[in-house]
Amino acid sequence: MTTYLEGLRCRECGATYPAEARSACDECFGPLEPAYDYEAIAAAVSREAIAAGPPSLWRYEPLLPAGGASRIDVGDGFTPLRRARRLGAELGLTDLWIKDETRNPTHSFKDRVVSVALSKAREFGYGTVACASTGNLAHAVAAHAAVAGLEAVTFVPAGLESGKLAATAVYGATLVEVDGTYDDVNRLCGEASGDYPWAFVNVNLRPYYAEGSKTIAFETAEQLGWRAPDHVVVPIASGALLTRVAAAFRELHAVGLLDEEPRVRVSGAQGAGCAPVADAFAAGAEDVAPVRYPDTIARSLAIGDPADGAYALREIRSSGGGAAHATDGEIVEAVGLLARTEGIFAETAGGVTIAVLAKLTASGVVRPGETVVAYVTGMGLKTLEAFGDRFAPAVTIEPKLEALGEALAALREDGRRGGGA
Amino acid sequence: MATVRIPTQMRALAEGASTLEVEGSTVGDILHALAGAHERLGAKLFDESGTVRRFVNVYVDGEDIRFADGLDTKVGPGQTVSLLPAVAGG
Repeated sequence: MTTYLEGLRCRECGATYPAEARSACDECFGPLEPAYDYEAIAAAVSREAIAAGPPSLWRYEPLLPAGGASRIDVGDGFTPLRRARRLGAELGLTDLWIKDETRNPTHSFKDRVVSVALSKAREFGYGTVACASTGNLAHAVAAHAAVAGLEAVTFVPAGLESGKLAATAVYGATLVEVDGTYDDVNRLCGEASGDYPWAFVNVNLRPYYAEGSKTIAFETAEQLGWRAPDHVVVPIASGALLTRVAAAFRELHAVGLLDEEPRVRVSGAQGAGCAPVADAFAAGAEDVAPVRYPDTIARSLAIGDPADGAYALREIRSSGGGAAHATDGEIVEAVGLLARTEGIFAETAGGVTIAVLAKLTASGVVRPGETVVAYVTGMGLKTLEAFGDRFAPAVTIEPKLEALGEALAALREDGRRGGGA
Repeated sequence: MATVRIPTQMRALAEGASTLEVEGSTVGDILHALAGAHERLGAKLFDESGTVRRFVNVYVDGEDIRFADGLDTKVGPGQTVSLLPAVAGG
């Protein structure tokens, strides 16, 4: 593999470091980002070479900070970008697309960041990988660690959906439930990263890890025929997905894969009980005030102190996008709307994205004729508890034709479907 | 007297210590005492105007001081003040 990674650079003060496991700048504690040789990448990449690459996010390997012999690829990424005509018609949008991240190996976009981070962990020679997770990340880390033969220790807040717990423990990972919020888990992992010789994917490998999120935008552009959309709607937990999506479109132009300079408006979506970025946007604030006790069924977005919150806020404002939040009830209804119009069963975070897409369309931030991409980042089967009995059998009957006839008639009378007459 | 947990990035500035015992009854007192005893660390912890740098989070027994009284947050004997880089997780 030819690597175009030059090292790490502090986003705040510009201090540079070699490409090593490191979570923050020694000078100012600001976040670090990979620095690449974009001229060399531009000379090396082409649309044709990407098209000939693997059907995974690794088709963009020259734009990633890991790979080669250490690469862990279980078919991560390269998920369908689907034209959403029926949902678009419901919302009044003529060119709406859904990036269906439920189709990843562990059914969320976290496979992207983990594929990159664990490849890097293997390159660095770590034997144990770890993470602070709201559920999807733990699932992805556990599965990829199993494939790579690495030990995994995953930390989650207590009380997560049972699907996410089972889907992590089944791979043999050590699943540690922490009695506290995600932010408590994150603080504990920050402290533990100084005491344990592990690769914490979102602490000391975070600069590499976050780069995996860019591939969701690389794919979007490629799947639209190498053009950037006009508008993207992105769920916000830490804000890292939103900021990397925005950066990725610019990067594609910088290396010559997009002819025109992209002008993508970026909008953010949060749950109403944990909306520090959307609230800051609404208030016109510069800073993002943390939320001590998040309260939303969108557990995967329940980060009260988003690491990239202020950067996400700036990106939303500078791009001309918007931000909004969705209540628990709105989230569940939006999950149902997406499922019955497009056949995609999203987790609660996907409900947040669709509910906020609807709100921003109604308020005119998302415009009817623009090319809009909504990122549906995870799968509904992992968050069944959150839906209660909202999606349940319409009726239970005896196995008799008369019983069926009566039941269907009753359903039709109530306006609760019951098939065509 | 409180225990201060030093993050990996700052240990070289504190003679390699991962924890230090520091006198003081508020977070502000303790961090200024720490800065006094370890000048290079102090220069990284506080900016030119004397406020804690934006990318450092401070916790008292696990509680973020932004949810308490900031630098005026009381610290009792035997409590632990933890410093961490702010950008992590997600």
